[in-house]
Amino acid sequence: MPNKYSIFSLIKNSFSYHENWQKAWRDPEPKKQYDVVIIGGGGHGLATAFYLAKKHNIKNIAVVEKGWIGGGNTGRNTTIIRSNYLWDASAGLYDHALKIWEGLSQELNYNVMFSQRGVMNLAHNLQDVRDLKRRTHANRLNGIDAVWLNTEEVKKFCPIINTSPDIRYPVLGGTLQRRAGTARHDAVAWGYARGADSMGVDIIQNCEVKGIKKNGDSVEGIETTKGYIKSKKIGVVAAGHSSVIANMVDIKLPLESKPLQALVSEPVKPIIDTVVMSNAVHAYISQSDKGELVIGAGTDAYVSYTQRGSHDVVEGTLKAILELYPIFSRMKMLRQWGGIVDICPDASPIISKTHIKGLYFNCGWGTGGFKATPGSGDLFAHTIANDEPHKLNADFNINRFVSGDLVDEHGAAAVAH
Amino acid sequence: MFLINCPYCGERDQSEFSAGGEAHIVRPKQPTELSDDQWAEYLFMRKNIKGVQFERWNHAHGCRKWFNMVRDTSNDKIHAVYKMGENPPIK
Repeated sequence: MPNKYSIFSLIKNSFSYHENWQKAWRDPEPKKQYDVVIIGGGGHGLATAFYLAKKHNIKNIAVVEKGWIGGGNTGRNTTIIRSNYLWDASAGLYDHALKIWEGLSQELNYNVMFSQRGVMNLAHNLQDVRDLKRRTHANRLNGIDAVWLNTEEVKKFCPIINTSPDIRYPVLGGTLQRRAGTARHDAVAWGYARGADSMGVDIIQNCEVKGIKKNGDSVEGIETTKGYIKSKKIGVVAAGHSSVIANMVDIKLPLESKPLQALVSEPVKPIIDTVVMSNAVHAYISQSDKGELVIGAGTDAYVSYTQRGSHDVVEGTLKAILELYPIFSRMKMLRQWGGIVDICPDASPIISKTHIKGLYFNCGWGTGGFKATPGSGDLFAHTIANDEPHKLNADFNINRFVSGDLVDEHGAAAVAH
Repeated sequence: MFLINCPYCGERDQSEFSAGGEAHIVRPKQPTELSDDQWAEYLFMRKNIKGVQFERWNHAHGCRKWFNMVRDTSNDKIHAVYKMGENPPIK
């Protein structure tokens, strides 16, 4: 890495009043031809390019992004990272990612502010209790840390939760994954961009893909707003716009794109030092290092690419937040925004080859893709480099919708999608 | 969030309605003869268009009737509303 960040570089640059730091990545014009082109400069796309260069020794790579890197869902999510999924395939996938998260700041020489503050999922009725207990058992069989907490233990772990038995949806207990937590989402995109760029990957921003050129059954290149780029391998990591790219080559995907909202409050002193999610009432909350409460709301129930969301969805979430945390009743909300998430019928992602040679899709992460960023990039890089899936993403093949071998995490993942 | 002109009740808030997804997907006439690929196409594959899309809606908290709608998914503008069984007024 040309300009390694360290205490020494910090001291050295302080002498020039921090005005001479090198740019973290270049801003190149596209070359005529690349070995691999990644469409989409979010966390997953940049991570894919990073691992292609680092582990598979492919250096002639471009990442094309229609906006700016990390300006889509990477910069819009609520930064929750966990791996406590029910099914074996999902547990393998998400825990692979969590293990990479644990060493990511060192690997990237970039502080992604990964904080293993724990994620707690609340149960509000007897069925929740049974489901969540079953999930902790399944997690532990897969080597994933998970514990069941009763109501008193929930209260002890997060004292501001209202555990009174007479609220509308009383807290009957919860699960806790202590290795789970949060990370700084922008830093993840920037860290991967800097790492990939230093190995020669061209990151091309403000470059929208307009078409994909095929020759028979294989891809030849992409038409973009910055001209034609030749490549025999194209990885599509376009999140909410995956179907738009797929429609260019007449592929239909089992996806629906919907706005998912989040909001943050004014900053306050530390009040909640963990992440609490509640499926039944749909409210998740954590506190950023700046002190803002970070609140995740639900999706609008219809297809839309508008990057905003409906007011009634926010209202429902805030009602639930106030019932569980009456202490927040006078907090003011500062910002609200939406991102377009691509949701699969089984709420599991697709990391897969297609019937067109050289065209790969990594999509369908729906409402929960951020947590998987490093693992997704690693496995997608493997799939592209070897033209076959890694054993951890073999079950997330696009053909599962034909065979019926779905990985149904919709209700099982302890998250209201 | 927007207003929807229900063909039976008139203009109401979108939160009264539930979305039923892409319209005009015809249920297979002879399901026993379908291949796995055709089933996948019918059950799961969607156009998910960014732009003008034909879709089904239900006035769940109103008359509870189903109808069709033409909506631009890039800006949520509604171009037409028409009853089930009718031909779309726009191509």
